Amino acid sequence: MKLYTEVLASCYQDSVILMRISGQVRQHPGVREVALFMGTPANQALLQQAGLATDAARGAGPNDLIVTVQAEGDEQAVAAVAAIREMLQATRKAVESAAEFRPRTLDSALRQLPDANLVSISLPGAYVRAEAMSALRRNLNLFIFSDNVPLEDEIALKQEAIARGLFCMGPDQGTAYLGGVGIGFANLVGRGRIGCVSASGTGLQTVACRLDALGEGISHGIGVGGRDLSQAVGGAMTLFALDALAADPGTEAIVLVSKPPHPSVLARIEAKLDALRKPAIVCCIGTPSRVTGRTVWVETLAQAADAAAALLAGRPLVPGVLSDAGAVRAVVAPAGGAAADRAILGLYTGGTLAYEAGHLLRSACGADHPHRILDLGDDEYTVGRPHPMIDPAVRTDKILEAARDPRVGVLLVDLVLGQGAHENPAEPLADAVRQAREIASRQGRRLACVASIVGTARDPQDLAAQRATLQAAGIGVLATNPDAVRCAAMLVRPTLRRQWLTEEA
Amino acid sequence: MSIRTANQECLRRIDEGGAAWVDVRPAREVIPGMEEYTVLHAGPPVAWSDMCGPMRGAIIGASMFEGWAKAPEEAIALAERGRLRFDSGHHHRAIGPMSGIITPSMQVNVVRNEPFGLDTHATLYMGIGKVLRHGAYDETVMAKLRWMNHELAPMLAAALREAGGIDIKAIVAQAVQMGDEMHNRNKASNPLLLVKLAPHLVSVADRADAIRAIKFIDEAGHFVLNMVMAGCKGILDAASGIADCTIVTAIARNGHETGIRVSGLGDRWFTAPAPMIEGVYFPGFGPQDANPDLGDSAITETIGLGSLAMAGAPAVVEYVGGTPQFALETTMKMFEITAGENKAFKLPALNFRGTPLGIDIRKVVQTGITPVINTGIACRRPGVGQIGAGLTAVPLACFEQALEAFAAQRAATA
Amino acid sequence: MQPTVLQDPPRVINLGLASFAADLRAQGVAVVDVDWRPPAGGNPRLAALLAQLEDEPETPQTTEGSRK
Repeated sequence: MKLYTEVLASCYQDSVILMRISGQVRQHPGVREVALFMGTPANQALLQQAGLATDAARGAGPNDLIVTVQAEGDEQAVAAVAAIREMLQATRKAVESAAEFRPRTLDSALRQLPDANLVSISLPGAYVRAEAMSALRRNLNLFIFSDNVPLEDEIALKQEAIARGLFCMGPDQGTAYLGGVGIGFANLVGRGRIGCVSASGTGLQTVACRLDALGEGISHGIGVGGRDLSQAVGGAMTLFALDALAADPGTEAIVLVSKPPHPSVLARIEAKLDALRKPAIVCCIGTPSRVTGRTVWVETLAQAADAAAALLAGRPLVPGVLSDAGAVRAVVAPAGGAAADRAILGLYTGGTLAYEAGHLLRSACGADHPHRILDLGDDEYTVGRPHPMIDPAVRTDKILEAARDPRVGVLLVDLVLGQGAHENPAEPLADAVRQAREIASRQGRRLACVASIVGTARDPQDLAAQRATLQAAGIGVLATNPDAVRCAAMLVRPTLRRQWLTEEA
Repeated sequence: MSIRTANQECLRRIDEGGAAWVDVRPAREVIPGMEEYTVLHAGPPVAWSDMCGPMRGAIIGASMFEGWAKAPEEAIALAERGRLRFDSGHHHRAIGPMSGIITPSMQVNVVRNEPFGLDTHATLYMGIGKVLRHGAYDETVMAKLRWMNHELAPMLAAALREAGGIDIKAIVAQAVQMGDEMHNRNKASNPLLLVKLAPHLVSVADRADAIRAIKFIDEAGHFVLNMVMAGCKGILDAASGIADCTIVTAIARNGHETGIRVSGLGDRWFTAPAPMIEGVYFPGFGPQDANPDLGDSAITETIGLGSLAMAGAPAVVEYVGGTPQFALETTMKMFEITAGENKAFKLPALNFRGTPLGIDIRKVVQTGITPVINTGIACRRPGVGQIGAGLTAVPLACFEQALEAFAAQRAATA
Repeated sequence: MQPTVLQDPPRVINLGLASFAADLRAQGVAVVDVDWRPPAGGNPRLAALLAQLEDEPETPQTTEGSRK
């Protein structure tokens, strides 16, 4: 194996384009690995860790592109690099020959769109602060998808935004809704009366989709980023967004989605919710349900949507362990004891859904259980690779691995549809599960798979078709993530069936 | 002062500036600091030892014209012994294309920025091919030089006096809507100038002389260029020296280095090695024959003409290479690095948007987009002349250095 | 002081991945996609100088956007 490095000076390209090109060239015969990284300090460290750093690479600057190819021989390496150069050229040409001339800076963009009110930022984390501050100074709200933004930058940006009466959604925030427009990874949901504030993108997506299924809609969905409720950031943007939604005439109820905040922050949130003059539902995954004043605290995302819908309809929320017991029964009944005492392996693309699954399993099976829930969107799995919501390859690999693991009896997955997601995520998932079940079957084992889908009828992927594709591969599709988790739990621990399914009868 | 305010003041002065060709006079009579043995050249200051072939050739020719030397070797000896006083024409309100050599006896165009009371001076354009500015000094060149200085110049001066000057800025404003960008393409502006001048030439000179002068100006093709260059410099000089201003007021090349000047940074030059030109070569010539970028003509780009106005001059791509789409994109790109737009020079192709005006060193460094220059390619061997045309850019290093200097100066005065 | 963006349709400038701009455009949103490069070619020292020398924005702060 030869390691071949070339540095292309002054050749900036964003990570999505670089990953697409490296993905394609990786398929070339004789090529083992292709890594395309801009020469930023962070990327240099990554290359070092991955054992791909060379002297040539180390000399590259942040605006230079480091091309690293691992191939069987010189010929294949050289051909791969040539292919990469060609694809980079083609990308540049395609962009430059586009009829519309793209401005190069925020200021020249403002000359084209002087009444802009939002800047969407998905740049490498180190560059975010300067651009975001410029935007705030120009009276523009922020949607920051970028991760790896230093904590002190986030704090400074949120302070500045709040002082100017502007939103700073994120950093590390994938979803938002403003005036019915979905920003980032968003599902097509109806406009409605429920305002959401969420520290999680998939959390917001999940609540929005469930509301849509219940015939309700979103007024606005403000994403605040995963770190907002930490002690350091202090819930700054959450508090600001709660005030904004409370003052918004189009919002009649507020849903707040988060993981358990720092205690000092929790106190601030509670005080704020008390002072709001609108009813609020808080889904703080892992905290027990309760009602305090006008605020309803629920345990799961689905419950948050259910509670909000019930509130608007003026009916009481009927608590229940399962949202759609019929669907669960249809999976559990025929399974018998095939998966009993084996392990669940959760392979999630949505971090919050994984977190929810983990919490629910601990509740159901105790702290000391053999099941594993993986968040495949975690840094550990996504270095130099696209997020699993966009590229199914990592999950496919894990499914096939699991097929050979005799301990695994049930695969537990999520399927996230909507803008920005893979155009047909059910297919690769269904194919992988089909293959995995065959492998397991040849080794004399049954392997079950249960899933929930985050999506709406209006999403581009065609929700009904996605469901059908999964079902055709023998995957049990349940109405919500908690239903899927509990369904998996009942498959491996039959005693739970008496408890949960009988209650629903 | 805030940088924005300073830059706005700079653009205001540029907008209010005028350019009228008022006279033709010997350099020693009108150019400040034009003492004996003074040799002014294009671009930032450069020593004889670093000068390129065409510039040295032009100096040899000029020395013989002045009578300082009877043969090239004598001229070279004078230069090597430090007997000639070299300086950048820019330091003396003087300017010229290619080597831009001006010596005391040479007749120069006088162009006036009336609102600011400022005169600038440019060489008389000799034509194309074997000409002094490309380093030619054989007997045909010397004879032409003598005719231009002793016969043409007085004729022009008399004609201009009668005409009361000719408005160069107005000619540029018209020509820019007729497909000229004023640096490489003057196909409209040259005749426009001639039309204004001709009746007065006929009036002040005898028939044969007038005809000869008119034919000369027409065949030269770019005779108007030198007046335009002087006009641009006069307008930009009046906008120089504004504290806290980040706008570029000069871009000039001496065949060895390219230099820029910035309004808020006084007389300082920020230089980098002169780049080679990417372009189209005349038959028989190639990159191995090319001189590095040379001349003061980038003063046109500095004010939003030349390549910055390329969207209005798509035909120029036949000369410098590229496509009309490229011409459009070049101007669009230049808007990214300029502070404003020209009020006087508007492009129909862009809905009469003014050409990009006021190259801001901050924007150049931020975007990495450097001003593109449309230019002729000179032969590195003196006396051959132009061998092609193409595009080059001002080195980013000039702007980075200027930015550092600006920041340091601002910090020091804070 | 409430952000007016909740009452007005979003009008977006996109810095970064082109897909975000495309998705917004597909929803009929006015969006300008910036061809972004690292400022000063990634040189942190020059980028810092540029930040120091940046103009204050021209448009006066509206009441919605003004400091408390």
